[in-house]
Amino acid sequence: MRVNFTVNGRPQEADDVWEGESLLYVLRERLGLPGSKNACEQGECGSCTVRLDGVPVCSCLVAAGQVEGRDVVTVEGLADFAKKREEHGHGCGTGACGGGKGVSTDEAQQWSAKGTDSQTGEGVELSDIQQAFIDAGAVQCGFCTPGLLVQADALLEQNADPSDQDIREALSGNLCRCTGYEKILDAVRLAAARQGEAV
Amino acid sequence: MAQDTRTVGTPTNVTQKHNKGGIGESTLRPDGTLKVTGEFAYSSDMWHEDMLWGQTLRSTVAHAEIVSIDISEALAMPGVYSVLTYDDLPAEMKNYGLEIQDTPVLANGRVRHHGEPVALVAADHPETARRAAAKIKIDYRELPLVTDEASALAADAPLIHEGRDDHHAGHVPHPNIVHRQPIIRGNVEEARKRADVIVEGEYTFGMQDQAFLGPESGLAVPSEDGGVDLYVATQWLHSDLKQIAPVLGLPEEKVRMTLSGVGGAFGGREDISMQIHACLLALATNKPVKIVYNRFESFFGHVHRHPAKLWYEHGATKDGKITHMKCRIVLDGGAYASASPAVVGNASSLSVGPYVVDDVDIEAIALYTNNPPCGAMRGFGAVQACFAYEAQMDKLAAKLGMDPVEFRQLNAMEMGTIMPTGQVVDSPAPVAELLRRVKARPLPPERQWETAGEGADVRALPGGLSNTTHGEGVVRGVGYAVGIKNVGFSEGFDDYSTARVRLEVINGEPVAMVHTAMAEVGQGGVTVHAQIARTELGVTQVTIHPADTQVGSAGSTSASRQTYMTGGAVKNTCEHVREALLEMGRRKNGSYHPAWAQAELLLEGGKVVTDGGEVLADIADILEDEAIDLELEFRHRPTVAFDLKTGQGDGHVQYTFAAHRAVVEVDTELGLVKVVELATAQDVGKALNMLSVVGQIQGGTTQGLGVAVMEEIIVDPKTAKVRNPSFTDYLIPTILDTPTIPVDVLELADPNAPYGLRGLGEAPTLSSTPAVLAAIRQATGLELNKTPIRPEALTGTL
Repeated sequence: MRVNFTVNGRPQEADDVWEGESLLYVLRERLGLPGSKNACEQGECGSCTVRLDGVPVCSCLVAAGQVEGRDVVTVEGLADFAKKREEHGHGCGTGACGGGKGVSTDEAQQWSAKGTDSQTGEGVELSDIQQAFIDAGAVQCGFCTPGLLVQADALLEQNADPSDQDIREALSGNLCRCTGYEKILDAVRLAAARQGEAV
Repeated sequence: MAQDTRTVGTPTNVTQKHNKGGIGESTLRPDGTLKVTGEFAYSSDMWHEDMLWGQTLRSTVAHAEIVSIDISEALAMPGVYSVLTYDDLPAEMKNYGLEIQDTPVLANGRVRHHGEPVALVAADHPETARRAAAKIKIDYRELPLVTDEASALAADAPLIHEGRDDHHAGHVPHPNIVHRQPIIRGNVEEARKRADVIVEGEYTFGMQDQAFLGPESGLAVPSEDGGVDLYVATQWLHSDLKQIAPVLGLPEEKVRMTLSGVGGAFGGREDISMQIHACLLALATNKPVKIVYNRFESFFGHVHRHPAKLWYEHGATKDGKITHMKCRIVLDGGAYASASPAVVGNASSLSVGPYVVDDVDIEAIALYTNNPPCGAMRGFGAVQACFAYEAQMDKLAAKLGMDPVEFRQLNAMEMGTIMPTGQVVDSPAPVAELLRRVKARPLPPERQWETAGEGADVRALPGGLSNTTHGEGVVRGVGYAVGIKNVGFSEGFDDYSTARVRLEVINGEPVAMVHTAMAEVGQGGVTVHAQIARTELGVTQVTIHPADTQVGSAGSTSASRQTYMTGGAVKNTCEHVREALLEMGRRKNGSYHPAWAQAELLLEGGKVVTDGGEVLADIADILEDEAIDLELEFRHRPTVAFDLKTGQGDGHVQYTFAAHRAVVEVDTELGLVKVVELATAQDVGKALNMLSVVGQIQGGTTQGLGVAVMEEIIVDPKTAKVRNPSFTDYLIPTILDTPTIPVDVLELADPNAPYGLRGLGEAPTLSSTPAVLAAIRQATGLELNKTPIRPEALTGTL
């Protein structure tokens, strides 16, 4: 089958998709977006977390056909997604925080993720949560990082000043085997604090 | 690459002063940006035009003769390019293995454990490959099972490996024992007479999985010269290479390996997984082949931590001095040897813990069984022993009516202590101080779940979001533990690492390029290599070359050894490059300034300076368009094998210590545990990068927490089949299960080690588990001799 949907603000068309393929497989193997990770492929680890119409989901549990006509944001588009959210000033991309209806297809298509031009990634513009993960030492092997970033960014969108227990609850679906989570907590606190200062 | 091992100049042992971005600073990961943008290429992200997908068919039974294999239906499926079985293996060599080559690439007429690879499929879509593999028909005739010590050593026990000729075969009492290491020192029978109290215990340690998040994966690309390029996630490229090339029938030069992004390792990537299989399929189809295990297969695709049974006896005088220790440790190595012999060596030589005990009688063995193969995992034999001896310490203290920390401190080893192996601990061993530090820390407040009004925040309670209690039936306990781990490869192994460093001028700036084969698995080796180069060469810009087999071996990213060994290699090569540069400077500029004749010249801020700070020249001006490019090996001090009868010998390179204090809250009605805080103190010798050091300690601590309260691969004793190969059924700690982990870092230099550093990655995994167990025992009053603790063990409904 053919699936048409929007990924990181760009309309995408995936052809010859087998009905059993997941959104994760289509992103990774058909659209060249391997940032979302395949650690358990049964919804237990959160490494494949993406935003689907603003809602964080495990893309391994979403059948590719279900995303027809919908908007997906992956870690590759997170920096631009966050930037656009800031520019539009509504502080909410999900619609879940009341008032706004989230990033519509029209809005989403006004921005698109830029490719990186450097092997080391230097000079790349990062979202607050991405920068905080680097600065706080929340990245070791990094395999859980993309899913955690998408989930943590969604948390901060809804709750600009989360308590530690709020952070733990929001990230409890994302497994990390390297860090013991302490520096992930540090990173989310850091990103929240920096966003607070910027307001 | 020229294997340039010239020695140029003579290192003067000059200590380079502080350089920006050098050691001791918490510089940030060079791969951090790529990892947060999703651009970092892990082994499962590799892609190649015309690429096929490989799939492994694994045995559905644990021990069986293969009567027949029918691949015809699989081969006939559209999209299938190749199906391989044992009969298709191209070379004389058909086995591999870390130390003993006892593991078949594909089963040869017999399978010895559940999940053993039997056949391979390559197809144009992963699902096609999976379905084709399912169509391969295998007729198994099941054989009697060996599942524990009794069945392994029974008179009619089937031999897991017949006709053994490995170098342990001659000294083991039974062919189903991989290796046996006794250690005898002093006279236990005499010492026992001095004991006022004696405690005994039998302990069981469950099978733990490394559960790295990035599944085994890689891409093999056939090359025009008949060889293969392999991109893979591993812990030791050159060890893989030595095992891969012979079974492909290729010289090592024709198997070119490059490290891909590694999604964690923790010992689980020391052994070969899909490497050989992908190469075989690529060579058979002449197309690139990618293999990616899913989580289910990953549980079968790598070895686990040895489950163990441990029997201990300790005695002590009434004033609290340990008189003697007797122990027997039985490790289940499963169907193939993997790292079992070395795990036996660690378990036995570290079985007494960080304590002074002069009279010991120790025996450790690893069994061959039909259970899943076990091998390396963070802590490597020392973990199981620490769980048991720390329980014994609490029992002894209780029997003597002493404080458990004071009792430990009274018996703590220190510099100068003689190990059971006769080895003298010749660098700082601050065991008592580490315990003092974790004990001195204020305890976290009680009843933190209570919120304003009458409410309870269930997220702070046992059971968490399951909302199983609002504090009723919840009791607190506090427990302590301390452990000892060796660093580096022991027992006479020629353990070395290689670093190539190139110094040249690019765009007017001196740039150092560091090239090693070190597997960066997340630990941050790439970060410290750049720091070391900046410190030693006084440059700002450092490029880390991708790890591959075009440079000499770095040894394994395991045994807490890489910062010591490959960090040491980078330091060593940089020192030689520095001397070569100074020679070049003296040759070109020596006549202009008398200071060039001084020995004490330093490299700082891109310049050659005197120890008084006078600038003599820019590095760039000395080099001009020349490059200094050296590749050198680095070794730690030699060790010797343990005597096979007495266990005596200076077998270890360096010891490392950590202590933990666990605070738990237990819902005694439902048997649920909440670890409230897990404080730790550790001596790291010298923290090259404190941010990374603390990250390692917290991560290691959490893996110890996991095996205390939740992690265990369940193997059915009736069938030897794995019952929980998924993250639904094998649980690892989430962020809600993991407490705050305050870390106290000591830096007491080891004079033998580069920068005085002490390998640190594993020690936190040792004492974390017994500290949690001790806290749960204190909370519940239960004996709890098995880890992990399950609710049934706490509610008496077992």
